[in-house]
Amino acid sequence: MNRPFFMRKLVNALMLSLCGVCALVSVSVLFIILGYLLWNGGRFLTWTFLTRLPTPVGEPGGGMANAIVGSGKVLLLAALTGVPVGFVGGIYLAEFGGRVFPFLVRYTADLLNGVPSIVMGIFAYTVVVLPMHHFSTLAGGLALGAMLIPIVLRSTEEFLRAVPQSLREGALALGASKSRAIATVVIPAGFQGIATGILLALARVAGETAPLIFTSANNRFWSRGWNQPTATLPVMIWTYASSAYEDWHRQAWAAGLILLMLVLVANAGARLILARRTSVAR
Amino acid sequence: MATPPLVIDQLHAAGRGGRVRAFIERLRSGDEIAHLITLVFAASIFLLTVLLVYELYVNCALPRHKFGWGFFFSRTWDPVFENFGALPFIYGTVVTSLVALLIAVPMGVGAAIFLAELAPPHLSDALTFVIELLAAVPSVIFGVLGIFVLVPILRSQVEPFLKATLGFLPFFQGPIYGIGYLAASVVLAIMIVPFVLSISREVLLAVPREEREAALALGATRWEATWKVVVPYARAGIFGSVCLALARALGETMAVTMVIGNEPKISASLFAPGYSMAAVIANEFAEATGDLHVQALIELGLVLFVLTMIINALARLLILLTTKQGTAHP
Amino acid sequence: MNRTRKSSPCHVYFAIAVACWSIALLPTKRLLSRAPALPSPAQVQLNGAGATFPFPIYSKWFDEYHKLHPDVEINYQSIGSGGGIRQLLSGTVDFGASDGPMTDEQLKQAKVPILHFPTVLGAVVPTYNLPGIHERLNFTPEALAGIYLGTITKWNDPALTGPNPGVQLPGSDIIVVHRSDGSGTTYVWTDYLSKVSNEWRTRVGRNTSVNWPVGLGGKGNEGVSGLVQQTPSSIGYVELVYAIQNHLSYGKVKNAAGNFILASLDSVTAAAAGAARNMPDDFRVSITNAAGQNAYPISSFTWLLVPSKINDPAKRQALIQFLRWMLTDGQKFCQALAYAELPKPVVAKEMKAISRIE
Repeated sequence: MNRPFFMRKLVNALMLSLCGVCALVSVSVLFIILGYLLWNGGRFLTWTFLTRLPTPVGEPGGGMANAIVGSGKVLLLAALTGVPVGFVGGIYLAEFGGRVFPFLVRYTADLLNGVPSIVMGIFAYTVVVLPMHHFSTLAGGLALGAMLIPIVLRSTEEFLRAVPQSLREGALALGASKSRAIATVVIPAGFQGIATGILLALARVAGETAPLIFTSANNRFWSRGWNQPTATLPVMIWTYASSAYEDWHRQAWAAGLILLMLVLVANAGARLILARRTSVAR
Repeated sequence: MATPPLVIDQLHAAGRGGRVRAFIERLRSGDEIAHLITLVFAASIFLLTVLLVYELYVNCALPRHKFGWGFFFSRTWDPVFENFGALPFIYGTVVTSLVALLIAVPMGVGAAIFLAELAPPHLSDALTFVIELLAAVPSVIFGVLGIFVLVPILRSQVEPFLKATLGFLPFFQGPIYGIGYLAASVVLAIMIVPFVLSISREVLLAVPREEREAALALGATRWEATWKVVVPYARAGIFGSVCLALARALGETMAVTMVIGNEPKISASLFAPGYSMAAVIANEFAEATGDLHVQALIELGLVLFVLTMIINALARLLILLTTKQGTAHP
Repeated sequence: MNRTRKSSPCHVYFAIAVACWSIALLPTKRLLSRAPALPSPAQVQLNGAGATFPFPIYSKWFDEYHKLHPDVEINYQSIGSGGGIRQLLSGTVDFGASDGPMTDEQLKQAKVPILHFPTVLGAVVPTYNLPGIHERLNFTPEALAGIYLGTITKWNDPALTGPNPGVQLPGSDIIVVHRSDGSGTTYVWTDYLSKVSNEWRTRVGRNTSVNWPVGLGGKGNEGVSGLVQQTPSSIGYVELVYAIQNHLSYGKVKNAAGNFILASLDSVTAAAAGAARNMPDDFRVSITNAAGQNAYPISSFTWLLVPSKINDPAKRQALIQFLRWMLTDGQKFCQALAYAELPKPVVAKEMKAISRIE
């Protein structure tokens, strides 16, 4: 009795501390990366960087105002096209699905998730840019929107599935129709998770460069409307980081930090609002 | 997997005579409409995928006719004399992704167990929040860190050590450059750990408390309760996170190309430089001038898609088999 | 019941979702081609795309030109030479740019004839990492070709010790580094090697990316220089602009006249001047291994690619005026950014060629 018990205690301690080591190593590696970005980007971040247009190499005071706005516009378009499809499709998979078709949809969603972003860019280029005969903000938004769909779809499905079955049955027992039960009980119950999933998906596509190079391209100036090429943060980072000039390398780091901070603010803000809303409702 | 049929549906189905009336009722209540609308949206993702494959297929007609199936078995990639083969790229993609998973999955799941089962909830939440932020770090930055920080460590410390201790294996032989399959795999592993970690943690946290308490009450140690009860319960979800991570690893371009060495050769050694499909597309698509070259790159994109399809199918099969064997499953 | 009916957000979600997605699903081709251009009568926006190598000087020019002519915005996206040529051929941009001239086959695909305008000059330099050796190395064409073909594998090979008397070259293996991404830099480098080595021309050839006999690939100039700096006894090649801006050490190369020349803005312009005498009318000329005592042999023009027929008169006028300005006042900005200026005879010839745009 005693020896196996001792052995079990030993295994317990060993494996749990091993898990601790795993957590320590992965978390610290990730913190090193964040710290590196903060340190490199933070040194060069100034107010003018946020409010001015880019300047040529070596001229001080250049900024990326147009790229920040451009990234916002492209992401807005992506969210408008990608989120509804993924969200409603996710409802179908979680609430209505049969056997074969949902399996197909789920499977293709996972496939789309694995399509390299550059292939998505080539796709958007042939489908949108070539017929339009010019690069545009619209094309970039649609490319990112297409990337959003499978991520949003899968996370919506997962979080709706996590809603306890008893809630649905309760609503139905009270005489609500199925669609009403979904709309008034199931979705609100899973909403916080779904919103987090959507934000994470947006964060992921916000950093994508490859789909934008051949769609929304780049712009030295302000982009008017939705029909012109626009600057975006990832493309600016890519162009500046691969240039020969120290000045532009610094700007690339600062832009990387801004991208990260935008995602951070959006993420934290949404979480706060959601947390407050649900707590009031309860 | 599918939601159990709802009580109300069964009731309607039972009354055969009132079928039409039931249908009208459901139509009026919006159920059929809602079903149809959600179906259309779900179908659109299917259409999108079909359209994507069709576009890729149509746009690689030239190399398909010229090389046929030989495209998959040829080891030459010569843009000047327009002779293209995909084998070294397929090999590189598969090897780097698998090695990355070998590193990232134990690491990510171990860390997830720690954060979900042992760490104080507040610390766990805060750490996860920061880790999820990493999804937004442009992959160029991973590549830059890889080449300036990771590669020197690999060249001067890790690879000589592996060569000295495990050098009898063919994977750890040959000259050491620093960049190569191993460097690419480690960078990929770092990039996919957040996916494995955050989703696995989420799934582990969703395991009902009673499961743990029951195991502990029966005299299991903390580890036994976790490993024999909680993890099997969450197995499907953890597999899901691994699939997602694998998909990301297969398609990653910028970071991989900066550290893999970009040499279209096949070698057993992990120290040797290699190449991956996504990397060669990113490298050569923008500057390719010949039609055959461009289309060969697009065909590589298609091959990568098919490869993702096969690996996904295998992973699904694996889940199916293991969850059937397992005693506890959701 | 009433309360739930009022606050059923489901229908709102559905309505928004359906509206958005039906807009997105509308036949994009027809919708988009009909969408009117933005009303901006006073503004001319020209879009161009292509080579990455001249991007810094182009962005400087377009910026300066915009200051002089606030109504003209010229927007340039550096997506690579091959990409630039393809965008021009498929009509998604107003002008293209390339580090290598278009081939006859590509010119045939164009709907209207395409004109080449050389803008600045670039050069490619061999850079190396040999611990303990601080002298500048001399490279013969045979040595460079041999190293990149894999026939010269040691640093103390006679082909390397011969031109470098007094330098104690080590007996270590040479680790060869090349560009992995397709690039104009690789085009110039392989174009040079094809001219000086028969074996290179028949076995490997010239292109923006080739089937390298040996070596590791680094992405971009920074990838190559990063690899070279970190790997002892390695050799690579980078753009002169990059080497100057990042203070890399690089070797001299023996030119056609037999002199070992260090790449500099002057020696690159000298190479262009040597080629200027028999410049063809379409400016499509390679100036690697050029004649001239002081000509640096691995030099090249970079070109703007302009359609000879532009329908929109405002765009045509803006582009013509920009080209005139670029060839005269614009050239002043080259030195500061480490680009070599065009020689005067080439500028004169180009000014005449501008009139072919209609």
